[in-house]
Amino acid sequence: MIFARNLSRLMLLLLTGLVAAAMMLPILLTVTNSLMTEGELSFNYSLLGVVTEASAQAKFVNLKLIPDWVTLSQYAKLLDSTPKFLQMFWNSIKLVVPIVAGQTAVATLAAYAFARLRFKGRDVLFMVYLITMVLPFQVTLVPNYLMIERLGLMNTSGAVILPGVFGVFGIFMIRQFMASLPFVYTEAARMDGAGHGRIFWEIILPLTKPGLAALVILLFVDYWNMVEQPLIFLKEEFDYPLSLYLAYIQESERGVVFAASVLYMTPMVLLFLYAESYLVEGIEHSGIKG
Amino acid sequence: MNRSWVRRWLRKDGIAAIPFLAPSLAGFCLFFAVPLAMSFYYSFFDRVTDGTFVGLGNYRELLGSSSFRKATGNTLLFSGVGVPLLILLSLGLALLFNRQLWLKSAMKTAVVLPLVVPIASIVMITQIFIDWNGVLNAWLYRLDLPRVDWLNSDGAWTVILLIYVWKNIGYNMILFLAGLQTIPRSYYETARMEGAGSIRQFWGITLVYLTPTLFFVVLISLVNSFKVFRETYLLAGAYPYDRLYMIQHYMNNMFFSLDIQKLSTAAILMVGFIVILMSGLLKIEHRFLENIE
Repeated sequence: MIFARNLSRLMLLLLTGLVAAAMMLPILLTVTNSLMTEGELSFNYSLLGVVTEASAQAKFVNLKLIPDWVTLSQYAKLLDSTPKFLQMFWNSIKLVVPIVAGQTAVATLAAYAFARLRFKGRDVLFMVYLITMVLPFQVTLVPNYLMIERLGLMNTSGAVILPGVFGVFGIFMIRQFMASLPFVYTEAARMDGAGHGRIFWEIILPLTKPGLAALVILLFVDYWNMVEQPLIFLKEEFDYPLSLYLAYIQESERGVVFAASVLYMTPMVLLFLYAESYLVEGIEHSGIKG
Repeated sequence: MNRSWVRRWLRKDGIAAIPFLAPSLAGFCLFFAVPLAMSFYYSFFDRVTDGTFVGLGNYRELLGSSSFRKATGNTLLFSGVGVPLLILLSLGLALLFNRQLWLKSAMKTAVVLPLVVPIASIVMITQIFIDWNGVLNAWLYRLDLPRVDWLNSDGAWTVILLIYVWKNIGYNMILFLAGLQTIPRSYYETARMEGAGSIRQFWGITLVYLTPTLFFVVLISLVNSFKVFRETYLLAGAYPYDRLYMIQHYMNNMFFSLDIQKLSTAAILMVGFIVILMSGLLKIEHRFLENIE
């Protein structure tokens, strides 16, 4: 009996292990390849993007998980002699931090109204917000472009930051979280005559912390990956964030691309590992009907 | 008497809501509501400035355009296949992770981690696999099969689908796991005493009580199925293989060729479609909840 239970657990371990390994493979490949020497990388990948006749002698790229020699030289090269990389890393931070901070603040306030207050048209308005959340960026592209031009923001970071601050995903996520908090918590404060400002600040906000942490991570990831917005609203390549840099270096500087990729994902992976339990808790609450 | 009390209460909360909602509403009007109203207006005129009213002319022209039809069909196909597939797989994974497992939390981390991997990184790895001289073709060669130009074949579609599933399965799994936790164990015990097998328990209990969760899973999966455009764009550019030409490609290209009318008209049609879809989803959810009670 115990043997049978352990056997079935072992099978499950194998199954989940297989799934986990498949999920991790692209990340592992990036990390180990970033530790290879220049020579090994060019030996392995020099054929990428080279078009040969179908009948030509078959040569292929050589994907390897384990490096022959472990070196940090790609990182050194990237940080030392590619000033563009650090510049764009800094650009990314300058765009993403204000968006995340701004959207979290705006969304938290609005979410309180949607989750804890009762007023006319609330559910209809929330539904309208939800619909705009589903729409792709391109749907409002033209009028947004005109709007940003009229506000005099074109080619400034404000053109990317401002629309991001008013994104509605944050409202959706935090509303779900706040709605799942029992009303008992705030009833006593109401009886004592506390206003909504105080209830929001002293009771609801502290309880919403896991939701806020989850939102910060999800927003950070989403905007760290921006492609369309900077492409359209920023003309100077000098202002581009890292998400665009990585997409374009693949032609010329293939050697450092893995190292760049690792450095690019590091902030997010660290953030994730640091706050994983909050992230999970925050997502969980967003799916439970409040 | 009772009613006027409710009304007074409503009014009080309504005023209290203003400071909380004001910043969001201002931005929402500036970047969503007004832009959408402008698009709606443009879609009935032949030019942005000093245009003449053309009624449904733009709509007729758009629906007759083969590239619009192609883009719409491709987007419907991708989301229509991708969303259900993602939901099925993540539900399966959630059921697996809902049991007693060894190394459970480490495995869970591995499944959720792709959520934070940057798009450019996964695009790079994908290229190594699907390149003309890439890993997939090396495998084909070993099997004595001819090489495939993956980016210009239906295989590219499958690759994008895989990236979509890989990236989002963890998120959905967390949502489903949370939903599973809310189902009381006693329901299953009762069912077992009445002799219901595990398949009947799944259909009769698990699936029924997961319905509210399902609404959010569908919503998030749909949002993310539109976001996979970024990967497609970085992988295959503005004019990719036919199957990959999504509605976002179409809109982007209309934007860069300054065809504002077509873009606005397409935008309005898309909004209309999403509105219908969402109200359908809500209606289904309401009916299910009524059935439970």
